[in-house]
Parts: sequence; C-alpha cells; structure tokens
Amino acid sequence: MTDLLQTLVTTIALGSLYALIALGYTMVYGVLKFINFAHSDIVVLGAWTSLVFAGWFAVGEGAGAAAPWWTGGIVLAMAMLTCGVLGFTIERLAYKPLRKAPRLNVLITAIGISLLLQNSGQSLIFGPRPKPMPPLITDRPLATIALPDWDVNLAWYWLLLIVAAIAAPFMVAKAKWAARIPKWAYVAGPAAVIAGVLLLNTTDGGGQRQDVKILWVDIAIVLTAILLMVALQFLVYGTKLGQAMRAVSFNIPNAALMGINVNFVISFTFVLGSMLGAAGGFLYAIKYPLVSQTADAGWVLLGLTAFVAAVVGGIGSIRGAMLGGFLISAVQQFGIWGVKQMGYDNAPALKDLYVFAVLIFVLLVKPEGLLGRPTREKV
Amino acid sequence: MFAGLLPVVVVIALALGAYGLQRAEVIGPYWLNVLCNMGINILLAVSLNLVNGFTGQFSIGHAGFMAIGAYVAGWITYYGGLLIWNEVPVTPPEGWFPPQVWLFAAGCVGGGLVAGLFGWLVGLPSLRLRGDYLAIVTLGFGEIVRVLLQQTGPVLADAAAVKDAGLSSAMALGGSLGFVSVDTGLGLTAFNNLFWTVFFLGATILICYRLKQSSTGRAFLSVREDEIAAQAMGINLTRIKVRAFVIGAVLAGIGGGLFAHQSGNNLTPTDANFVRSFDILIPVVLGGLGSISGVVLAAALLTMLPEILRNPGEYLPLWPWLGAVAAIGIGVGLAIRHRRALREVCFAVAILALAPVLLALAGWACKKPGWITEKGFELGEYRMILFALLLVLMMILRPQGLFGVHEVWEMGKLFKKKPPKDPMGPAPVASALNSVASRGGGRL
Amino acid sequence: MTPLLEVNSLSVAYGAIKALHGISFKVMPGEVCTLIGCNGAGKSTTLRAISGMIKSSGEVKFAGESISGVSPHTLVRRGLCHCPEGRGVFANMSVSENLDLGAFTRHDADIPKDRERVLTLFPRLRERLKQSAGTLSGGEQQMLAIARALLARPKLLLLDEPSLGLAPQLVQTIFQIIREINQQGTTILLVEQNAHMALQVAHHAVVLEVGAVAMSGPAKELAASDAVRKAYLGHG
Repeated sequence: MTDLLQTLVTTIALGSLYALIALGYTMVYGVLKFINFAHSDIVVLGAWTSLVFAGWFAVGEGAGAAAPWWTGGIVLAMAMLTCGVLGFTIERLAYKPLRKAPRLNVLITAIGISLLLQNSGQSLIFGPRPKPMPPLITDRPLATIALPDWDVNLAWYWLLLIVAAIAAPFMVAKAKWAARIPKWAYVAGPAAVIAGVLLLNTTDGGGQRQDVKILWVDIAIVLTAILLMVALQFLVYGTKLGQAMRAVSFNIPNAALMGINVNFVISFTFVLGSMLGAAGGFLYAIKYPLVSQTADAGWVLLGLTAFVAAVVGGIGSIRGAMLGGFLISAVQQFGIWGVKQMGYDNAPALKDLYVFAVLIFVLLVKPEGLLGRPTREKV
Repeated sequence: MFAGLLPVVVVIALALGAYGLQRAEVIGPYWLNVLCNMGINILLAVSLNLVNGFTGQFSIGHAGFMAIGAYVAGWITYYGGLLIWNEVPVTPPEGWFPPQVWLFAAGCVGGGLVAGLFGWLVGLPSLRLRGDYLAIVTLGFGEIVRVLLQQTGPVLADAAAVKDAGLSSAMALGGSLGFVSVDTGLGLTAFNNLFWTVFFLGATILICYRLKQSSTGRAFLSVREDEIAAQAMGINLTRIKVRAFVIGAVLAGIGGGLFAHQSGNNLTPTDANFVRSFDILIPVVLGGLGSISGVVLAAALLTMLPEILRNPGEYLPLWPWLGAVAAIGIGVGLAIRHRRALREVCFAVAILALAPVLLALAGWACKKPGWITEKGFELGEYRMILFALLLVLMMILRPQGLFGVHEVWEMGKLFKKKPPKDPMGPAPVASALNSVASRGGGRL
Repeated sequence: MTPLLEVNSLSVAYGAIKALHGISFKVMPGEVCTLIGCNGAGKSTTLRAISGMIKSSGEVKFAGESISGVSPHTLVRRGLCHCPEGRGVFANMSVSENLDLGAFTRHDADIPKDRERVLTLFPRLRERLKQSAGTLSGGEQQMLAIARALLARPKLLLLDEPSLGLAPQLVQTIFQIIREINQQGTTILLVEQNAHMALQVAHHAVVLEVGAVAMSGPAKELAASDAVRKAYLGHG
C-alpha cells in the first residue's frame, strides 16, 4: 500500500513535468507539422542554465538547507528566458529558411540542431560530467503519511475504495437523480473519502511503519506545472494571439490572409514551447539534482517519454499533451511498481521500455491519439 | 543466364584479391584495421541509404539493428564455438579459411535475419503513418535495445554451462560490460578480415544497385518523391516501405556481425545508441540521399576523418594529388554547360577530394600551439559539433546531398557523344506549351 | 480620380513556366471589376500576386502606394482583403471564431456593429454560429468566407471564384450579395469562370487569356462583343 501511494505521488509529480515538456513538442507540431527533435535539448539546456543560475544564489549545503523560497522563481524565470531566446534563434536561423522545404530536410535539420546543442553544451559550455544542482528547495517532506505495514490484500481494498470514490462522480453524473446533487459534492465527496482513508491509515497501527513522503519538491513541481498550463490555456483559448496561433496551425496561407503575421506567430509558438521546455528542465533538475551532461542518453529518453505523451494525447492538441503526460507517467511508474512486485529488482531501468510499448500500441490502435483529430496527409 | 552471375564472381574475386594482399602482408595491421572499419561503415551507410535515401523514410535507429545483428552473430560464434570446438580462440586459427570462420559467416547472416525480423516488427506499425513517426520510433528503438542489452546476464565461460543454459544463453550477453566473459576475460574472436568485409560490402552494394534498377527500386523512389502519386500508381505504400526497411535492417545486421568480430572493437550495449546511429546517418545525408557512390565516398571520407585529425601532418603531403583531382573536377564541371547532373557530380567529386586536405590543414592549425589557442587542441574532439553544423548547413544550402541521386559512374557519359534530344526533355514540353499558348491566343 | 488598384506589367513564373506575361489593369474606387477567362488563364494567380501570396515582378499600386513585396498580413491592415479560392474557412473552428478571425487586425469598437451587419447580410450564418465551419455546406462556407473578409472592413475585396461548385440558385444569391456589398461602398475585384454572371454584376471587365490581357473595357460592352459571347457566354 505504501509503495502504491508513493508511486501515485511520483506519478503526479512526474506527470506534470512530462506534460510541460510534451506541450513544447505538440505546439511546434501544431504550427509547423514536424517533430522538433531539438526540443529535448532545450529541456536539457533549461536544466543546465537553471543549475548555473542557481549557483549564483547558492547557500549552505546539508540536509534541509535551501535558498530563500523566491530564488526558485527567479532561477526558473531566468532559465525560461534564456531558452526562449535560444528557441527564437534556432527557429530563425535553422527552420525559417526551410519553411517550404520537404519534411525530410526539416527533420534532418532538427537532428543537426539537436546534435549541435548536445555536443557544444557538453564540450564547450557545461563540461562532460554530471553536476549537482544547488538546493533551491528543502528536501524535507511536506507531509509524511505513515501507514502500518498491512498485508497486501487489505491494501487492495483501500485502493479499490479510493478508485471507486474517484470514479463514482463520473458514473453517477449521467443519472437523472444526479441533478439534485450540488456540484461541489462531486469534488468534495471523493476528496472526503480519500482523506478519510489516509487519515484512518495515519493512525499508528503498530507494526513496521513505512512512510509515504510527499516532498516539497513534488508540490513545487505540480504547482508550477499547473500554473504554467493554466496560463497557456488562457493564452491559447482566451487571447487574440492564441486565436492567431490556432488559425496558423490549421492553415498557414489562409491565416496570413486574415491579417495574421504568420512568421511572428510561428516564432512566438517556438519561444513559448522552448520556455515550457526550460521550465520542465528546471523542475527535472530540482527533482533529480544530479544533472547529467548534455549528451547523456538519459535526456534523449526523457524527450522520447514526453514525445510519447504528446502522441498518446494526440499530437497537436494542447489538452491532449497534458492528459498524455499524466497517463505516460502513470504507465511508467506503475509499470515499475508492477514489475517490482513480480520480483524483478532492476525494474526502474526498464521504465523506458513500458513507454516504448505504449508508443507502439498507440501507433497501432489509435495513431491520432486520445484527443487528436484523425487527419490524412494532404495532397 | 550466367551474365547475371558475373557481378557476384567479380565481388568474390575482389574479396579474394584484397584478402590475398592482407595475407601477403602488403597491407600493414594499421591500414588493415582502418580499411575493415571503413568497409563496415560504408556497408552500414549504404544499407541506411536504402531506407533514407531511396524510400525517403527517416530512420535514426539504424544502430539498433546493427547491434542486434552484432549480438546475434556474437552469440552464434561465441556459444557455437564453445559447443562445437569447446573453446573460444583468442585469435582466429591459422589458414585462409579455417572452419571457425564459416561459423562467423553464418553468424553474420543469422544476425542479419534476426535484425530483419526486428525491422519488420518496428516498421509495420510506424511505417503506416507519416515519416516523422518512424524517426521517433526508431530513435526509441535503438535506445530500448541498448537498455535491454544492459539487462542481460554475465557471459558464460565454458561449454558445460552453455549446454545447461540451452537457448537461455541468449540472455547471457554480458550486460553493460559488453560481450566479454568476466571469468576468462575473453570476448568475441576477431574473425573479420578483408575477405569478409569486401565480400559483404560488395554484396550490399550489388543488392542496392540492382534494387535501384529494379521495379521494386523504382517503387521505392516513387514513394520518396510523392506518396500519394505512388499510391495512385497502384503501389502498396506500407508494403513497399516495410520492404525497404526490412532489407535495410538485414544489411545493417550483417554489418553489425562484421563489426562485432572486428579486432579492436569491444561490443557493448552503447553500440546501439543514437550517437552510433548518427554516425551511420551523416554520410548518407552528406553523400546524397539516394546516391550509392556518393554515400560510399562520404562514408569512406568520414571514416578517415578521425585518422586525419589524429595525424594531420601525415596527410598534408597528399595535397598535390587530391588538389589535382579537385582542379580537374572543377575545371570539367565549369566546362560542361548544359548537362547539369554531370556538372554537379564533377563538383561533388572535387569537394570530396578537397575535403581531406582542408581537414588536415584545419587539424594541423588547431594542434599548433599559439595558432588558434594558446596550447593548441585536438580538432577531433569536436567532431560531433562539426558534423552537426555540417548537417544543418547542408540542409539549408544543398538539401539533396553532394551527389543528389546521381552516381559517380555517370561521369562516363562525359566521353559519349552528346545524346540526341531526349524525347521527354524540357525543350519539347516548353514548345508544346508555346503551341498551346498560341492556340489559346488565337481564339479571340 | 486615382484608381484604387493599379496593376502594371505584372509577371509571375512558377519555376520555368511563366503564368503571367506582364498584365496591366486598373480598378477604380467604388466599382466591381471582374477578371474572366478560362482555366489556366492566370486569374487566381493575378489575385495571389496582388495580395502578396506569391512572388511577382512588375508594379502593383494600392491607393496610390506601391505594394510590391508587401506581405499579405500587412495588406489586410491597409484595407486589401483576399477571399481565396476554395473558401479557406478554418474547418475546425466554429463559425463565430471564423468571424472573429476576420476582424483580427481591428481593435476598434465597431466590431460588434459590423458583425451584426454581416449577419444580417447572411442570415444563414446566424443560425449556425456555434457550429464548426467544416460542417457547413459549400454555399454556407462561401458565405462565411465572404462574411469573414468583410469583417476586416476592406477598401478592396479580392473575391476568387465565389460561385465555384455552388448550385445555380445559390450562385444567384451570392451574386446578389456581392452587388449589395458593393452598393454599401466596398470596391470589389472579382475573379470568375461564370462570365455570364460576372459581367452582369461588374462595371468593368478584364479578359485574361493564357497569362495576358486579351480585352478590357466596360462590362456591358464586353458582354455585347462577339468574341466574348462566342468564347465565354456560349452563344452568339
């Protein structure tokens, strides 16, 4: 049970992170219709620039030590800004000349840019070894939920109860008599059940205690990600610029005829995607403070994971990317948990395998993704 | 009917000739190593060219197939050798063709077949969709192969253990340490020599060349040019793409088999990763997507690149020869006015001839203390940055690669008399348009 | 009076093939000018070149200023609006959002008023405001495209084949509306294959033949000329 709950916590934290990175893939795909391979490297540079900027604010080391709470925000803003500028430069220098070129050429260019960022980052700027991220946030947990070490069978019932509590509103909503239930009850009810389950379990039941830790880092990740995603949602669906972005993603020449400055909108989308990627990199660096060198294979796999999230949600769809991020994170984390249950110790090493399996499955069954529009290639 | 066999005979004769030179020690160990590696790199690039160049499908996980071929071939020679001869030789046994070497050849073919099977499994879902998906799936595939290979157990050391393990010895491939037994310190035997390199390389080039001429090859090219038009001509898109992909994977698997048994190489899971894939990809993009000879030349040059940068001084004296080739290329290119394809081939040859000299010069200048930096540095360390810049510049300036779809031997046309007017050439079309124009104009 | 649009020896080439061989014509303010000609005559190409969607050589003046090489989105701001062939509505957006995009360049307070005016002109669109544009019928999409273009408050509206693929009755309606729009003060450059209808609506007409101006003059005169009657009106 504790394992499962801990997995759930990690799933939510990583899910919001994947969603942020997936947004970059999906937005660029939306306007330019190609996979921006260099996006994962923007994420890496986001992590590394935040490492450098955080170094400027670095305070003492040791358990619990951290810079004042606002430094994180400043470092994040600086990293986003740097990567935004970088994204703009890349788009102008490398992709804009190829706006009318065949897709294969754009793809090769993207790979070239990706290689360039990886290798120049490693051998010219940040050095070929992993570096520790200075602590920006306390490593103390916000809350520790202590659970008695019950036998697994009982744990399953608790889990079932939680799932039922979450699912019930969805099941009930269609029924006629549901209209009489006040709206807030849909949220409050399940929340109460979950809180109750957790509360019941926090009482000291004797036996060996294993703690589920909700770290401040996880909270920070989820909050930052949600904040950024809400802002993005507002930007895309609530402003004129967002309207222009959507128009450009449907049809570039027609958007131009509406008086939309297409080049500006494309650059802006790129910058926005890069900034979200940088935020993803920052959050990844505070979650896993040993930042690998820029050409490390782990980054490629992180990019792949986020890309799969975008595909699962439906590439080109912003809401899809958010949904996909959480789904992929769940598959990955619960996959690790499941394989561990089966007795395979090295389960975390295989986490990318589950993601890859999901990718193949989605491509076979529903290539347009959960929220994507089925499209055929145009003549 | 024997005319069709002639190229095969030529390939075998060439392979035997090269092997003879090796046995007679005309070629020293250093150059033997460089040549074999060059052959393997060319083979891999040509096999990728079939997918990327001919069919226009973008695969960037070719190293994954190479690694699968390498590990399967290694598994066959290592465990097969243990079972049959009860030993893993440190060096290949004496003689021109000792029996162990035939097991190695079988291993390469087996590796190719298994790689082809994986190519089919990966290609089928992703090739039904747009090109970008294949890129990302193959990228992921290479990394997954690496992760899975890292999970394998330690290499078994003696025949008894192998007999016990049976087929599950396929799970004993050494993990992240590479294919080396911890107990005995023995890895794969360096069976590869110039014969097998030239033989398999020749076979690969032959297959690709014949494919390019065949109806399947034309189907590949038509898919690359325009999928919808190709479909309209009755081509089953997915089947054609999968066919190209599988053939490419088989050839890459064979290349992997050679790679695993090349002396100086230590087979590890990282050989499946994307860096290796890019190494295979770069000559394809540089040489020309679709040009076999262009890819061969580019791959050869890129194999030499680290060697040149290591000892730039040794290669500088080559400049009169290569410079002469370049000058002739440029001169002839400038002289040909109206045959654009030939002209481009001439320029491409000139550029390729000039490249080693310029590289040697650059490497030499970088090494010299006080010239570019105070202490001087190895340009070779920044190889990947150079490659990346080259890729991007290439795509912006000459996206079809140096040779485009043309082949070096098209230069032979230089010596032919000017061909009669091509009935499908541009001029008649233009005149037809003119006649349409005049007809239209006359209607009012 | 200065012409609103002046085209001087405009040429366009697609690769090696020349589509326009230096055509010239003028559009006076307040009139409907029509470009007629058969397939491949270069009518749509002319419109695309004027609105900056494709590269061209020669001179195009809009309200006395040269607009060669000016990007399409800037032209919309200046009051030149192109309503493309095949309608070009954003199929996945709602009708209402499509109309909003028409007014993309404007920031004034009159937008709701204009919207109301346009919806009065096309009552059919009012019924379908929430529907996504892709689900509209061909005629409704054409109406949406014109309505959207009007919301930019153009001085000059370039209309490319508004009757393409529409039922005869709808064609009548569309041309009726074109006349109405013109009477409300918008100058129109109309490209049509349906020469019969176009010549009825237009004040001035230009006949294009394989990339060159074959004839031009007042629409009534052209409609009466033997050559045009034979080639385009199918009788005479």
